[in-house]
Amino acid sequence: MSRLRRFFRTPEAIAGALILALLAAMALAAPLLFPGDPQAIAGPALLPPFQDWSLPLGTDRLGRDVLAELFHGARTSLAVGLAAAAAALLIGSVVGTLAGFAGGLIDEVLMRITDAFQTVPSFLLALAFVSIVGPSLGVVVAAIALGAWTGPARVARAEVLSIRERDYVAGARVIGMHPLEIAFREVLPNALPPVLALSSVIVAAAILTEAALSFLGLGDPNRVTWGGMIAEGRTVLRTAPFLSIVPGVALVLTVLGVYLVGEGVVESTAVRRSLS
Amino acid sequence: MTVLAVSNLAKRYRRGGKPFAAVDDVSFEIGPAETLALAGPSGSGKSTIARLVLRLTEPDAGRIDFESTDFLALSGAALRARRARLQMVFQDPLAAFNPRATVARVLDDPLRIHNIAPRAERRHRIAALLERVGLDAGLAARAIHEISGGQRQRVAIARAIATRPSLIVLDEAVSALDVSVRGQILELLLDLQRQERIAYLFISHDLGVIRAVAHRVVILDAGRVAESGDARAVIANPQSAIGKALVEATPRLTRNRP
Repeated sequence: MSRLRRFFRTPEAIAGALILALLAAMALAAPLLFPGDPQAIAGPALLPPFQDWSLPLGTDRLGRDVLAELFHGARTSLAVGLAAAAAALLIGSVVGTLAGFAGGLIDEVLMRITDAFQTVPSFLLALAFVSIVGPSLGVVVAAIALGAWTGPARVARAEVLSIRERDYVAGARVIGMHPLEIAFREVLPNALPPVLALSSVIVAAAILTEAALSFLGLGDPNRVTWGGMIAEGRTVLRTAPFLSIVPGVALVLTVLGVYLVGEGVVESTAVRRSLS
Repeated sequence: MTVLAVSNLAKRYRRGGKPFAAVDDVSFEIGPAETLALAGPSGSGKSTIARLVLRLTEPDAGRIDFESTDFLALSGAALRARRARLQMVFQDPLAAFNPRATVARVLDDPLRIHNIAPRAERRHRIAALLERVGLDAGLAARAIHEISGGQRQRVAIARAIATRPSLIVLDEAVSALDVSVRGQILELLLDLQRQERIAYLFISHDLGVIRAVAHRVVILDAGRVAESGDARAVIANPQSAIGKALVEATPRLTRNRP
């Protein structure tokens, strides 16, 4: 309760939470407000915004409703962003915990693999992965997670290295607990807070990467995505710039909202830590 | 018959690039229901010996026989199973528990790991353990950080006795507690020893406490045994320089000296 209040003390956190709440509402309301296929033709092509109030944001080159696409695109962006970040955090914290807790050869091998992934630019990695496996939502999520798990792995390992020397880990060994149970039940949950602090950056980067992949035509072709909308609008950028601007603004606001919320969470936990 | 026999134990560390002996050729024995105290100034190797005896750190040389078997030869599942008989209580009762744990979980772990009681029965076992160490059974649902330091150390003792050990290593187990609580905890330890015939390896720098609870004492200096013998006799008339210095440093004992 007091944690929530502390979170909402900064205006940044409130703004971020409002943006994300709006986005979540859009994503949840999309099938209710726009029940049909958002990729179906809804009116004349290239209708500018605010002309026809049944199509408030106009239509694109093929006469598709931009507002419907925007709402359905929010679903994809949020789903991919959250799923990719969750996968990256899961892989990263498991790898980091194993490396930090086991030490020795296992640590060396796991951290060299982490290094290898970190030296390849994550976007190129995602691009290559999607090109080979083929574009679908699951593949895009995996491709983004593949480039994003190294950060959480390093943070988790550093945290585990300090935690494994604590008395309660020695205590768990003394009562005969299995090393894997110690690693994942005693150590990992206590190493998570700094790892989770990375989540906002990862979600934001995942949403941008997904948009970039879709922009290059490597998104799931059966789903509306903001990146895909920007790519569509690019061909008519001079005559109908709103087709790129509308999803572009949505993208910027989303990433901003995620950052602000992340900032607010870090801020509120930082205060809590310094007080205790 | 001995519970624990340690012979020629040695452990070297590197400090600033130079090797130094944290524990150097230390030998001692503990019998059933006996309390052996390890005394000495900071850095004399007391806690390293505790870690070596519990196999939390591996020694460079020496032999540890626990309940007449070679304890250093055990590994993996065999070692984990054996740990039920050899328990420990730490100095800082807050650091000794997972900060997210509840009292019930702390006591449930050893019962579950060593298959001491089926799941349905464990709740009663936990309540019995809490009552055995003088705590209210209702404390089980509380988080570790919600209870007082003295209560926490009682929970630590309850966890240590959950697996019915023959030896408990007490590493400065009462040093972090205030004086009134310390007396009650020592009383509890003596009572458990009488009833369950548990041996204690009692590590402390406080000769007053040692004289009150220990049968024999080993005084360490820079990783070596300086002197050993009957606790009261050694403290009344220390032979080694470090033993004399330790007694001098305990005002109450100096005044009582004949």
